[in-house]
Amino acid sequence: MDPRRALRRALASLTGQAIVLVCKGVTAVRADWRGISPVDRQRVYYANHTSNADMPMIWSALPPGLRARTRPVAAADYWLRNRLRAFAGAEVFRAVLIDRRREMRTEDPVEAMARALDDGASLILFPEGNRNMTPAPLLPFKSGLYHLARARPDVDLVPTWIANLNAIMPKGEVIPLPLIATVTFGAPLHVEEGEPKDLFLDRASAALAALAEPRP
Amino acid sequence: MISTAAEVALLALGVFAVLTALTALAEGFRARVPPGRTVPGVETFAARVRSWWTLAILLALALLLGRWGVTVLFALFSFVALREFATLTTKARADHLSLALGFFLVLPLQFLLVALDRPGLFTVLIPVHVFLFLPVLSALRGSPSRFLARVAETQWALMICVYCASHVPALLTLDIPAMGDRGVLLIAFLVIAAQGADVLDVVAGRRWGRTPIAPDLSPRTWEGVGAAVGGAALIGAALAWLTPFGPLGAMLMAAFAAATALAGTIVLAAIKRERGVRDWSHLIPGQGGLLDTSGGVLFAAPLFYHLAAWGWAAP
Repeated sequence: MDPRRALRRALASLTGQAIVLVCKGVTAVRADWRGISPVDRQRVYYANHTSNADMPMIWSALPPGLRARTRPVAAADYWLRNRLRAFAGAEVFRAVLIDRRREMRTEDPVEAMARALDDGASLILFPEGNRNMTPAPLLPFKSGLYHLARARPDVDLVPTWIANLNAIMPKGEVIPLPLIATVTFGAPLHVEEGEPKDLFLDRASAALAALAEPRP
Repeated sequence: MISTAAEVALLALGVFAVLTALTALAEGFRARVPPGRTVPGVETFAARVRSWWTLAILLALALLLGRWGVTVLFALFSFVALREFATLTTKARADHLSLALGFFLVLPLQFLLVALDRPGLFTVLIPVHVFLFLPVLSALRGSPSRFLARVAETQWALMICVYCASHVPALLTLDIPAMGDRGVLLIAFLVIAAQGADVLDVVAGRRWGRTPIAPDLSPRTWEGVGAAVGGAALIGAALAWLTPFGPLGAMLMAAFAAATALAGTIVLAAIKRERGVRDWSHLIPGQGGLLDTSGGVLFAAPLFYHLAAWGWAAP
């Protein structure tokens, strides 16, 4: 292999390890496998989104074997803004980059996600589309989750609730607070035969919001 | 006259022997459980003994490293405890900077002042200056919602997790003529008395416990706590050779440490009940967080420090 590529790959892997170490050392991020087990099955983890730290936090909470096969779905305009982000997005997290600007798109986002699934990856997806700055637990879901569920109906859709991230790293703050974050994985969902879009999105949203309550 | 390091090593061997006996006891309980079943009480006890092992080994290493080792170890404990506490306190975005300063400025500064032997500063930094200054920062960012609850809970977190925790290494700053440079042994004495009382309360409470102290808050009973404080006094007498207190003084100091530590665990249990959580965190599998296993030591430290200063330090 080309030595420069090998070096970049080693650097990416090292950066990934460092990110996991920081997430675990600073916020003691903990996975609560409430509805499923951490086994090697193809999944789409769909999560609430309140902070830029959400994605690295879920990524760190996954066991290493699962993490190696899981790719976040992320906004191209954010992850391609400078060279450092481009390195982190493409090589550390191996993100599936999506163009949020509908009019500029050259590729359908659902197709890009489906192709990543076909390559054997699991995905981390934020169906709200943007960070939630409101007091409501969740913003209305975009339709991408539904179309992906229809395109690949066998894949488990796993609701993934991240607690406390908004206090750790609110939008606009620079220093993260070392509070304890919990990532809760709920029972998997599938789109049902003939289920209308709005009904499915409501059901997916309710399953995610239900995880916000602490375990009884 | 043997060296401090030798005394620490001797003491560590003694503690390890007791822990070995407790491990054997836990395995003995386990052996009596039919195969394929688990009894929660037995598993809790076994997990608790394992966490004591970790604590004892860490503390022994830090004590052998001397003043800076102990100060750094308790600064790390303080960080972990503050992280557990601040996770549960009331806060808003307006408190972000005050909390960040609490973690990254107040905590290191407090332990630095202890390491530099500045009692005139470390005894007032958090209760006076931080107490007055951090609410100003929160107020400047202008969110009135639950303001007093927010600033009061932040101050509480810093008092318990930083100020109280720093009084453990602060024992090294006391100028006790009879101790010389053997101050680290006082820390071992305090921790063994407070943690030992916790062990005794668990064991005695299960056996003889009848009258709950505060049934809505914690399973602790008057019988268990009484036996634990009495037992701690005996531990104190056995460890009097570590201290300048003399046999009677060592019994009283250990009993004080035990009583304040157990009282502290009931206060911490009340906070957990109010917030509706079972444990402070999931740091130690099966045991909860650092505050669940060692929170009592934090409550015991300031009183122990002041009693030792009042009774035995050079004026």
